[in-house]
Amino acid sequence: MSRIQHKKKVDKIMTALFFAGTAFAVILLVAFIGFVIAQGFGEMTLDMLSFSGSGLGNMLFNTLYLVFLALVFSMLTGVPAGIFLAEYAHQGKVTHWVRMAIETLASLPSIVVGLFGYLAFIVMTGSQWNLFAGSLAVSILTLPLVTSVTEDALRNLPDSYRQGSLGLGASHWQTIWRVLVPACFPRIMTGLIMAAGRGFGEAAALMFTAGMSTDINWNNWDITSASCPLNPFRPGETLALHIWSLRTEALHPNAAQLASVSSAILMVLVVSFSLAARYISWRLDKKMGGTNS
Amino acid sequence: MTELTTTLTGYAAQARDDAHVRDEAAAADITQENTFDVKGLNLFYDKTQALKNINMTIKKHEITALIGPSGCGKSTFIKTLNRMNDWIENCRVTGEILFEGRNIYKEVDSLALRYRVGMVFQQPTPFPKSVFENIAYGPRIQGISNKKKLAEIVEESMHQAAVWDELKDRLHESALGLSGGQQQRLCIARTLAARPSVILMDEPTSALDPISTQKIEDLALQLKEKYTIVIVTHSMQQARRISDRTAFFLLGELLEFNNTVDMFTKPANPKTEAYITGRFG
Amino acid sequence: MNPIEIAVKNAHRDERAARLLITICGIGAALVPFFIGGFLLLKGSDTFLIFGHSLGEFLLSGQWAPSDTAVGGGHVGAAMFLSGSLVTCGLALLISLPLSISTAIFMTEIASPRTRRLIQPAVELFTGIPSVVYGWIGLTVLIPFLRHFFIMPYGFSLLAAGCVLAVMIFPTITTMSADAMAAVPKTWREASYGLGATRWETISRIVIPAARGGIFTGVILGLARALGEALAVAMVIGQMKVFPTSLFLPASTLTTAIASDMGGAMEGGEYSAALWTMALLLFLLSFLFIFVIHRINRASQLKGRA
Repeated sequence: MSRIQHKKKVDKIMTALFFAGTAFAVILLVAFIGFVIAQGFGEMTLDMLSFSGSGLGNMLFNTLYLVFLALVFSMLTGVPAGIFLAEYAHQGKVTHWVRMAIETLASLPSIVVGLFGYLAFIVMTGSQWNLFAGSLAVSILTLPLVTSVTEDALRNLPDSYRQGSLGLGASHWQTIWRVLVPACFPRIMTGLIMAAGRGFGEAAALMFTAGMSTDINWNNWDITSASCPLNPFRPGETLALHIWSLRTEALHPNAAQLASVSSAILMVLVVSFSLAARYISWRLDKKMGGTNS
Repeated sequence: MTELTTTLTGYAAQARDDAHVRDEAAAADITQENTFDVKGLNLFYDKTQALKNINMTIKKHEITALIGPSGCGKSTFIKTLNRMNDWIENCRVTGEILFEGRNIYKEVDSLALRYRVGMVFQQPTPFPKSVFENIAYGPRIQGISNKKKLAEIVEESMHQAAVWDELKDRLHESALGLSGGQQQRLCIARTLAARPSVILMDEPTSALDPISTQKIEDLALQLKEKYTIVIVTHSMQQARRISDRTAFFLLGELLEFNNTVDMFTKPANPKTEAYITGRFG
Repeated sequence: MNPIEIAVKNAHRDERAARLLITICGIGAALVPFFIGGFLLLKGSDTFLIFGHSLGEFLLSGQWAPSDTAVGGGHVGAAMFLSGSLVTCGLALLISLPLSISTAIFMTEIASPRTRRLIQPAVELFTGIPSVVYGWIGLTVLIPFLRHFFIMPYGFSLLAAGCVLAVMIFPTITTMSADAMAAVPKTWREASYGLGATRWETISRIVIPAARGGIFTGVILGLARALGEALAVAMVIGQMKVFPTSLFLPASTLTTAIASDMGGAMEGGEYSAALWTMALLLFLLSFLFIFVIHRINRASQLKGRA
């Protein structure tokens, strides 16, 4: 009897502990987001958001532009790589190594990728720090995500799509291109949005590639000019990197406020992209669930 | 390679074009009574033999039913007829299958073969596209991109598959929203749109309700005027109702092959009799 | 040629071209880490081959004074950075693991499905938060907080780095563990309850042992993330080039040293070579982690989960 009571007591205590641990963690995390956003918006002035020399507008633009380029690169290689793994690769040693290599890529420290980018895209090409090199470095970091999302999406498609198409005399590639990829396009989009979220926050990989300065002239639309906003071969500091440089360099009198505002903007970007990805995949699951019945 | 493609696609081209070309094709067809001649066919998955020395002739404009208990090889066999087994690793075929006199593993390109030998599967296989795009898929694959031509083919195929009246107002809705029976008839229309001469049906009604099944059976009977049909079925009644000839498979062997009436009234093999009278299955 | 022949010919031609292109992309993507490894090896080996230092000196010596010239002749003992990295990672794990495991258990075993649907996305959301934001909050909130409660000279400290990293790896470990626990067959739990076990007994004797492999994978992924994190740590650790002797004192890690010194080091000099060697070490460690994960997964037969 007392043994059973003891058991029940231990069970209650442990349950309470788990609840407390979870509550602590979740409250801490939610408070964290809330704090960053509230603090940032509390200190925000219109001046800070401007596209002038000291405003964050340029960095925001750089961030979006760089991430956009990075997504283009990782889509151009990651989606085919995912198709390769899901459709063309035979199960065997080579595929095993390809998969393992891409997994390794996913766990590489971003600063290591940044150093590689510095060496490969800056030193070896003899160029200045530039957005293009930065976006290549970020695309290396997002490539594994895009690849695995594509592979999983293709693998999760019902076999009937493949059968139906092949049965009509379509080649394997016609099947992939006309049926399978369109069918998993929303999933791939979700993966890209997740990748974008990662790209926004990346800083370590950009320190030695995209550079820590930015000089944009918004009236200059000559794409070959170093101050043209759209020229990818110009240095371009991103918001995340700006936070880092504000902390170490403290050039601005209101560095702390600028960093807080930058953090808040980044947070909003990341959270909204993450929610968007979640929403899309939720809608998809709902739709799939609806048609299966 | 190219010459092979040339010889084998000759028929396909004829089948798709205008009326007088069709007549020519029909004329050619008379000389070619048999759609398939299967000679000494063996099929192996790895080391297991799934089909053993099958010899069979499938006649033009007839419905041939394949019956037998699960795992007897009938589905494997029907998939071999348009080389849908090509994608299964370690699948090996020996012997010959002649399609209109040409060896499908040697003289016929696998894609062109499937243009001419369409397939309807056990589960409906609609693509996550609109009804129209589903049906236009085959013609598009075959290089037709003219909008008007596509629309014609789609409408004609839908009439043939008896889904036009039901679905003509839903052409641009997703095919995934249709009922199971509609999806299966859509898949038949999609197969017809590719202008085949043979339609293989792998238990096309096993996932459907009785009314949908009835519709598909009626459809099969109409279609045999123009097409050769091979159908795998679990249901003795279905084989009896619609087929001209019936083949009974058991453990990878073709045990008996005869015209349906004879097969069901006086089966030659005691095992066939046992199966069709429902003593095992 | 008739249209059918053309279509077939085109289909085969496209098939060949696409297969080639797709295979190139697949193999190419897989070659990227080899390129990275190759480049790092090339640059990192300078320390040993050009400047004549031994591997033992690099890994074990505490004397860090590389010369910023191509002549060399300095000391490249990176032991303090390596130990700094290991201590911060260990500390982060120590703080994070109990919280992660409780959250994972709560999510899978205790919470109602509705609560679970609320907590899980919230937790996953945190994997995406930029590390510099963690660093910034660590700098402006955590450090004053620590200084207020503990006797410490600067606030910048191993403890601060450990806390920041703990928050960063929390979602990784939690989601991996929760996935692994959710994959434990329901029937096992029912059998356990059926034998009169309490929830805690079921969790501790059935669920956790069964989910061991997944939890371990999560821990290792978390460690990999902690080890590779540069900027967030650099912002709170104080970056003093000393051995990690006290939780309340500043120190340095492999990544923070690279982040702060690489920009100023002369290309081709001994200093820069030593930093590259450290990057190589990081690369090898993360490769090791992946290898270990594969070993675990093979051992516990936990296949097919992403």
